[in-house]
Amino acid sequence: MCQNCNNKVASVHFTQIINDNKVEMHLCEQCAKDKGHFGMGAPLSINDFFTGLIGLGHSAPYIVSTPPQPVVCDKCGMSYEEFQKTGKMGCSNCYEIYGDKLKPMLKRLHGNAEHHGKVPAVVQKALSASKKVDKLKEELKAAIQNEEYEKAAEIRDKIRNIESV
Amino acid sequence: MAAWYIDKGPESDVVISSRVRLARNLKNYPFPFRMDSEQQQLMLNEVKGAVSGNRSSLIKGLVFVDIQSLPALDRQAMVEKHVISPDLAQSKRTAGALISNDEKVSIMINEEDHLRIQCMYPGMQVDSAWEACNKIDTVFEQKLEYAFNNNYGYLTCCPTNLGTGIRVSVMLHLPALVMTGYIRNILEACGKLGIAVRGIYGENSEASGNMFQVSNQVTLGLAETEVITNIRNIASQIVEQERTLRSELYKQNSFRFEDKVFRSLGVFANARVLSSEESLKLVSDIRLGIDMGLIKDIKIETLNEIMLLIQPANLQKAYGKPLGPEERDIKRAEIVRSKLNNI
Repeated sequence: MCQNCNNKVASVHFTQIINDNKVEMHLCEQCAKDKGHFGMGAPLSINDFFTGLIGLGHSAPYIVSTPPQPVVCDKCGMSYEEFQKTGKMGCSNCYEIYGDKLKPMLKRLHGNAEHHGKVPAVVQKALSASKKVDKLKEELKAAIQNEEYEKAAEIRDKIRNIESV
Repeated sequence: MAAWYIDKGPESDVVISSRVRLARNLKNYPFPFRMDSEQQQLMLNEVKGAVSGNRSSLIKGLVFVDIQSLPALDRQAMVEKHVISPDLAQSKRTAGALISNDEKVSIMINEEDHLRIQCMYPGMQVDSAWEACNKIDTVFEQKLEYAFNNNYGYLTCCPTNLGTGIRVSVMLHLPALVMTGYIRNILEACGKLGIAVRGIYGENSEASGNMFQVSNQVTLGLAETEVITNIRNIASQIVEQERTLRSELYKQNSFRFEDKVFRSLGVFANARVLSSEESLKLVSDIRLGIDMGLIKDIKIETLNEIMLLIQPANLQKAYGKPLGPEERDIKRAEIVRSKLNNI
């Protein structure tokens, strides 16, 4: 119900947070218009209504629609906009964050967006370990389905061994 | 200092040198242009630490050169020898290079990427160059944590080097293709295949001295060996074309052909003043003469040595002091005469 006229259904809802105080208002379209609201994000001029309702004694309450934060790499501080200007990535973490945005450009540059070459030995070990685990998990499922519980226990131990490394 | 440019390699009548370069970065530091000076020093120390005490044949002879502490002339001389890039020579960062005695191996530190492992061999030897780079890379990866992503491969500052981080290039001498104008066809065909061809000397990639560099542009999505094979095959085709055209041009008019070659030799061996522009032209004609067996008493190794010494910084280094432009042209002619008459 509209908090102002108590007549119509509230269809316009506002939430305001000032200094950890959260205030919510629910008005019908008519009252919202009368009080000078024009929809989400519009600055409000409902001083008296607001202070009367809340009794906070604040003046000039308004809702600030915060602009979306620009995406910035938390390791080196480079933004995607900077990359677009300079064409250079800032650090290895940037690739984790902006990776998806790069795909079309990589396709244009290289005709591909997936690496098919040398892999550092350390990474190779991890990759083949996880492939082994996946395979063993499949075998485990099959063993359980076939009620070969002893075999299943063996496989389970093998998986634990690999994952503990 | 028996460096790559003085030795003769396979297919040396057309292929001057082969080079493979790998771009690598460390995971725990921002890319070079975003590191502060403390991080730069730490990274440099880590890299030096990774090679110290290593006894493998490719690594043990590497000497660290602090590029920034060298005088400008020395830095430029290294650029002329293709041991370091112009970027590194002018860099104000904490940087340097690990260089082998024969200058075949050069590992640039803190250029556009943390590491640029480069191996250069005379003639057509892309496979050997790749093997050497690969071995060195494997040593580094065991001691340092590389920036690597399963999807994008080795992470580089510029996405154009992403993936394998490999750049394979061959330096070719193509006077017949230029003379007949067929070089344009080569440039076009290579462009369509994603292969870059550019002149090495001269401005605006105008090939002074008919020297061209053929290299790959794609680094992501192919295995390193595929890139090597592509470049080797394309270079081989260009080499065959060049050889065919050389014999045809000779057959068309052998007297004119020889006249051009020996006039150039005459000027080169007797001039008192030689500009580098003119020298490159003359060297190209003389090299052709040697390749085709017309000039018999000059070794190609001597010509390669001369080709290095006539370049501005190396010339001044040979004389032990900086020289003005006119002095350089005079000294250039002097050094050429002395080298050609000493064989």
